[in-house]
Amino acid sequence: MELCDLPAHQISQMVHQRIVSAAEVVESTLKRISEVDGRPGSLDSGDIQPEDLQNVHAFITLNALGAQDRAREIDQILARGEDPGLLAGVPYTVKDIFCVRGTPSTAASRILANFVAPYTATPASRLEAAGGIMLGKVNLDEFTYGSSSESSAFQPCPRNPWDTTRVVGGSSGGSAAAVAAGEGQLSLGTDTAGSIRQPAAFCGVVGMKPTYGRVSRYGLIAFGSSLDCPGPVARNVTDAALMLNVIAGADPHDSTAANMNVPDYMQGLEKGVRGMRIGLSPDYFRITFPDSKTGEIQQASIDEEIHQAVLRAAGRLAELGADIVDNVPMPHTHFGVPVYFVVSRVEAASNLHRYDGVKYGYRTPDSVENVREMYRKTRGQGFGIQPKLRILMGIYVSAAQYSAQYYNRALRVRTLIRRDFEQAFDQHGKYRLDALLTPTTPTTAFPIGDVYGDSVLMQYADQMTVPANHAGIPGLSIPGGIANDGLPIGIQFLGPDFSEANLLRIARAYEMITESDEWRKRKPKILEESI
Amino acid sequence: MSEEISSDLFTHLVELAAFELSPEEAKYLHQQLNNQLKSIHELEAIPLDEQTPITSHGVPFTPAISPPIREDLWQPSIHSVEILSQAPETDEGYLIVPEIPHTDLE
Repeated sequence: MELCDLPAHQISQMVHQRIVSAAEVVESTLKRISEVDGRPGSLDSGDIQPEDLQNVHAFITLNALGAQDRAREIDQILARGEDPGLLAGVPYTVKDIFCVRGTPSTAASRILANFVAPYTATPASRLEAAGGIMLGKVNLDEFTYGSSSESSAFQPCPRNPWDTTRVVGGSSGGSAAAVAAGEGQLSLGTDTAGSIRQPAAFCGVVGMKPTYGRVSRYGLIAFGSSLDCPGPVARNVTDAALMLNVIAGADPHDSTAANMNVPDYMQGLEKGVRGMRIGLSPDYFRITFPDSKTGEIQQASIDEEIHQAVLRAAGRLAELGADIVDNVPMPHTHFGVPVYFVVSRVEAASNLHRYDGVKYGYRTPDSVENVREMYRKTRGQGFGIQPKLRILMGIYVSAAQYSAQYYNRALRVRTLIRRDFEQAFDQHGKYRLDALLTPTTPTTAFPIGDVYGDSVLMQYADQMTVPANHAGIPGLSIPGGIANDGLPIGIQFLGPDFSEANLLRIARAYEMITESDEWRKRKPKILEESI
Repeated sequence: MSEEISSDLFTHLVELAAFELSPEEAKYLHQQLNNQLKSIHELEAIPLDEQTPITSHGVPFTPAISPPIREDLWQPSIHSVEILSQAPETDEGYLIVPEIPHTDLE
């Protein structure tokens, strides 16, 4: 096993004990990147070449020299007898939706392609301050708008390490693909409707959306400001807990970051689940969606293999002493996507008005008669199709004559979604759950090109994950098996506000009891073929 | 509620959004918006009593977890030169934009 395949907590320990140097860890990781990643995403990348189809393409910006310098710095700190921090020598990547000083911070959009951030996002600066080593910035859906990472203006888009004909999920697709392929132990992602958990599920890694406010949004290029949550993508639960320890906490730069102490998520991680109440809901075993032609609402079951993986997980947790509570009603789950179509679009339209070709970013090179024409050409050329779609819908549903019927109504339905969770988690109520166990996604990773273009169907990939964003609660996706198509299955734990420690503990218990299962030994195909 | 976004309304939205679109792009966007509206119309079926409040963000911001208001103190900013260097066009610290349409007052 290569150093780049070891978990973050083990790397940190080995670097601290000077069993290996940070420089060796970085060299191992850069070697892996050169073996599997192929060319980084770029604007005007030309046609996709045959070799592109075999690579991961997680990166937009790889900073190999910067990582090597930083590794030497970490080794020098240790040589002086000082402690670099919890993540000493751990290589990580950052979704290119975060500002990191001195790096291109593109949001995977032409309109920000030339923007070099003048400051660093709080969670990114905390990773660095803890002794981590940033390898570079990874690809995503443009402005995070998507569930497959195909909408990036920087092509080739990421491809799934388990099967490079499949999507990585999105929007933190580069993050999940990088972590799965050994291109950095950790990645900093964001989750607005499932953008950490869904790609984590598709790529067979661990992804956590913390409670809204648990991790600062300062320096995150905003999409839906009431929904966006930065969080960890990691190879296992312990690493996710370690990373959350580093990035969580109050921040004077973000008034929505909760002013609460951060518990040590590593402590009690292996205490088990005896006596914990874990719920299953039939409302998470089916999807509801409108027919694309008639608009009629239809229902379908999720993939049977995914359903069975969730039931199997419940069975294993029951063996460990958890009380499994069946038939927990979550009746407003399927309204998550239509509410999201309204709420996120209004917030996106508001956040994207700032890109105007005046202060930073792209400006049209065409000659123009006046500033209005400059705005129209700049925004027409700079934004891809997904941001345009969100801006137009956001303007429509928030217009004075429509907002009562759309925006205000959606915000009231959001209250009902939150109430479903409050009732399930109420410790004096009927169900008294510590967590709800659900599938993360209705299917495994779909083929590249199959869904892209149908913006409605694509959004429904988030049906199991988006309710947590509306409610603000934490959610954690972990691998729960491998389907017959050879692709990973994700299972999800949802809990009450600020219950990350419990979710990590339950997930760790499941990880431990399945440690010797045959499916745990499977590796992404790209690692079998390329290494 | 089954209305669609008409061509005129679509053109108005595009103007508000300040987009210059190709005909193909406009056609695709218009069609996708109306497809999304079909999904949004699902919200109509939900019985909502008058007392149901709005939720503008999921987690309540109670005083106990809200950060205290900061003192209003001057703090140095990052370099303005560095920030201005990101602008497409500047002149002696000013942002330069093309002609701003205006009407001279009599």
